Amino acid sequence: MINRRLGRLALVAGVATAFSMSAFAQNTVRIGGLATLDGPFVVLGQEAFRAMELAFEEANYTAGGRKIEWIKESSDGRPDVALTKARKLIEQDKVDILIGPMSGGEGLAVKEYAKQVPNKTFVNGFSAAQETTLVSPAPNFFRFSTDGAQWQAGLGTYAYDVKGYRNVAVVSGDYSFGYTQVLGFMSEFCAKGGKVIEKIWVPNGTKDFSSSIARIPAKADAVYVMLGGADAVNFLTQYDQSGATQPLIAGSNVVDQTVLSAKGPFQRRLVGTPSAHMVADEIDTQAYRDYVAQYKKRFPNGLSSPSAPYYGYYVATKAVLAALNQVGGDVGGDQAKFRQALANVKLDTAYGPVRLDENRQAIANIYVTEVARRADGSLYNRPLKVIPNVNQTLGQPKDAFVARGVPSRDNPSCP
Amino acid sequence: MKLLLLATMNGVTLAALYFIVASGFTLIFGMMRVVNLAHGSLYLIGAYIGYDVASVTGYWFLALFGGAIGAALVGVAMQYFVLDRYQGQDLRQALVTIGLSLIAADLLLARYGGMTYQFEVPEFLYGSVPMPIVGGYPTFRLALIVFAIALYVGLWLLVQRTRFGIIIRAGVDDRQMLGAVGINLTRVSTLVFALGSALVGVAGVVGSSALSIAPGEDARYLLSSLVVVIVGGMGSIPGAAIGALLVGLAEQIGLAYFPTYSVVISFVIMVAVLAWRPYGLLGRPA
Repeated sequence: MINRRLGRLALVAGVATAFSMSAFAQNTVRIGGLATLDGPFVVLGQEAFRAMELAFEEANYTAGGRKIEWIKESSDGRPDVALTKARKLIEQDKVDILIGPMSGGEGLAVKEYAKQVPNKTFVNGFSAAQETTLVSPAPNFFRFSTDGAQWQAGLGTYAYDVKGYRNVAVVSGDYSFGYTQVLGFMSEFCAKGGKVIEKIWVPNGTKDFSSSIARIPAKADAVYVMLGGADAVNFLTQYDQSGATQPLIAGSNVVDQTVLSAKGPFQRRLVGTPSAHMVADEIDTQAYRDYVAQYKKRFPNGLSSPSAPYYGYYVATKAVLAALNQVGGDVGGDQAKFRQALANVKLDTAYGPVRLDENRQAIANIYVTEVARRADGSLYNRPLKVIPNVNQTLGQPKDAFVARGVPSRDNPSCP
Repeated sequence: MKLLLLATMNGVTLAALYFIVASGFTLIFGMMRVVNLAHGSLYLIGAYIGYDVASVTGYWFLALFGGAIGAALVGVAMQYFVLDRYQGQDLRQALVTIGLSLIAADLLLARYGGMTYQFEVPEFLYGSVPMPIVGGYPTFRLALIVFAIALYVGLWLLVQRTRFGIIIRAGVDDRQMLGAVGINLTRVSTLVFALGSALVGVAGVVGSSALSIAPGEDARYLLSSLVVVIVGGMGSIPGAAIGALLVGLAEQIGLAYFPTYSVVISFVIMVAVLAWRPYGLLGRPA
């Protein structure tokens, strides 16, 4: 018994030694990946790690002449869990660079933590809350993906000019990402002269939307919906069953592949619904076709096409690798050289060029899309229009944009 | 006026669904004093099995049977192999059912993934029925009320008018005495567990047709069942009906008039009821 216990102890000690040796090996760069393999965003988390894996494989796990060591950690979408895991990656696993997290609230928490460890570099994965980089940004937090308000660029104009909607009712999840997206939609739609006559905020996790649907005013020309995952599926089904006839305008999550791939009679209600996002399907460029082909080849069990979180993590990882190559893998000291290089990285992606502004926030293309049906019956987002180089203030002067305050239930308002 | 009427109807239809889910829970508790915290998992199992049956056969009605039989088998296995060993040990039973629910949730996630599933209900149940004042109302939700009332009457007849019902009622009052007069308790328990599980399996199919199936629904329905049964009184079928009505109406009227606080309302009701009648509206001390 004692022998066995001793043996086990020796084994543990051995593993620990090997582990710490690799941890302090001088020729590796340690990169942490933080995404959600627990909780409601499991599918998104899988996509995130696929993206990082592929990006590292393309670089043969080396950058700037040094080997890359990749350490994965999973959150469940809650800010406190993301924070704990980020601390673990930085403080125990001693990563030099952290790529993540996934969701809006997590991003805010990790950004605040980044301020406490100024010698490490944080690159956002997919979280898209506006405040993360707009209000008191951390100097070592970079975001190569656009935020929730940017994603709606062009949608308000399209709804007003092309669809001819004047009065719109909003049904949205009652949380920061919902406010951000509604702001993105309204800033253009209201500027055009459109009216948002009613905003219906629904607590997250609501499954029975029938009473929210009952509140939609009859004089609304269309309904703007911003809900995610199963909530979106439930809303769409109940909306369809209620006999409502008003057309829909969709926030980015409503037409996400996780919703479009769900089967059910609600699908027919979605076809023709306009939306906007940093990604779209079936774009007619070689770069896009290569991007999809590569995804399908490497991940035959993946989704029908690469998703938005996949793109977010892929771009982030690519940017890190590009900057590492530039500085010869030098991430010692306070990483000033590396960060300088990272801030100046310009990428050409399948969805167009990406660069950063002075807050280290991405400026990139946004696609206005429409849900369409493929020959095989599956749904996808057909690109209608590209809005080039959308910045975080949606083309408005920064001071005026920031002065209007962070998005909330009542901001903006144009009843 | 229209909004109030719609919210009320929504509340009643949601109550119908909550009742269908909670009736099995309260039946099992009443007979065996088992707080089955894996009740939500049985809901999800019934829903997923029903979905498989419907997609293979193409018949929604078969999904109801599939869900019921599937959930009943799992429920009986749970009772026979696990819960029966901890007869009379409330805390252990509660803990072991939590454990089972965690295992079931992960197994279902592995098998069905994180996607949202939905049933194709028969054409005559889909769409909306024209109605005065409110304009139209979803047919399926109206069918839910009919189904819940039929279930209530059926359960009432079973409990009040049959020999099996007499045994169940006797078991609620004094389990040991029931055993002493020569009733095979294990057999009765298994039967009750099968019935309760079948009910929640059917509820899984019905509920998922009205809403949808996704991971996490198990916890949601477990919570709603707990609130409904605690408000109505543990072990009482009429109590479950009253509890379901209260909670369903509060949720929907809350969602229509003060959505930000709608989540809190059902718990406020629960606290108020517990303060006033600790055993629930129609419950009796154990």
